Amino acid sequence: MAEIQGGGGEGGKKGGKVRSKKTSTRIDMTPMVDLAFLLLTFFVLTSTLSKPKTMEITLPEKPKEGDKPPEVNEKKVLTVVLGANDKVYWYVGITEPEAKREDFSKNGIRKVLLEKKSQIRDMIVLIKAMDESKYRNMVDILDEMTICNIQRYAIVDITSADKEIVKQVKL
Amino acid sequence: MSKVKMHRSSPSIDMTPMVDLAFLLVTFFMLTATARPDEPVEVSTPSSVSEMPIPERDVITITISKDNRVFFNVDGQPTRERLLSEMGKLYNVSFTQEQTDVFKVLTTFGMPIQTLNQFLDLSRDDRKEVKQPGIPVDSLNNQLKDWVLQTRLANPKVRIAIKGDGDAGYPVLKKVINTLVDRKVNRFNLITGTEEAPAELKAIQTTAKKPS
Repeated sequence: MAEIQGGGGEGGKKGGKVRSKKTSTRIDMTPMVDLAFLLLTFFVLTSTLSKPKTMEITLPEKPKEGDKPPEVNEKKVLTVVLGANDKVYWYVGITEPEAKREDFSKNGIRKVLLEKKSQIRDMIVLIKAMDESKYRNMVDILDEMTICNIQRYAIVDITSADKEIVKQVKL
Repeated sequence: MSKVKMHRSSPSIDMTPMVDLAFLLVTFFMLTATARPDEPVEVSTPSSVSEMPIPERDVITITISKDNRVFFNVDGQPTRERLLSEMGKLYNVSFTQEQTDVFKVLTTFGMPIQTLNQFLDLSRDDRKEVKQPGIPVDSLNNQLKDWVLQTRLANPKVRIAIKGDGDAGYPVLKKVINTLVDRKVNRFNLITGTEEAPAELKAIQTTAKKPS
């Protein structure tokens, strides 16, 4: 009854005519509803709900020739080496360090970073990626920096000394 | 008689509000949905806890595919038009008006400039079939550096985002990053998916907010 508009009330005075008018004003909405929901389903399914996010990284400027590299206290340096097969190696200091192997799980490198962060004041993290590592590893380790709230970190090229240290861990 | 009438009217429900709602939602999703541009490669980005949204305009997207090919994209048709003519001058490749028009509406591409005009001559469907070799980023033949430089000259507001596949190797990322740093681009974005922030980060964020 509710669908009937103006026409219904007006026609109330006359008998037979009202009825024919009643049926003519009522539209069968089912196909329209079908279509509407079809479109609705289509757009719901195709629309991407999660927009991609970005992480911003700022790299230091390329050092000019003759510039001295900044000196750091080696006791404050934690080196993280990204290796093959989603493994990550870490060691403290630069001279004769003892490297250990971790993975990217919650109890892996994150635990180490948090522990070392509380032990070492003004810790500096050097991130070195081996050629076998994947892009995902780099994003993951940068993520860990955010999670562990480490502000001082740098992405550094790997040296052959680092590779030697990592090799020893594997044995 | 009256009983019959009652029976008749009761099974038909008034669908008007439902239709209203349905169309409202349809309109909403239609307007918010952005047509996904067709990309030459499928890239599954790694996820991160970062919550910074990607800028919508003036972005150079450097895509790194799983098999370490590099692709380039920039939005804005005027930028693209100027970019192509400048690149053509630089590498002594001439582009016809038709090729420029095609390039303007093209999205991500990964062709060396020498074969780019042949690529632009192809039909839309043929272009999808071509396996694009990627933009050269080697130190001897680094075309990416010129693409980036010329784009920044054409549109100084432009920002750079790297969209890499999770399985892309680090060496190619290093090459791309070195190219950017050489061009004095020290700030750029890595496009990632979203990931639930772990408890540690939430704790840090809440403690960081308290004093301020």
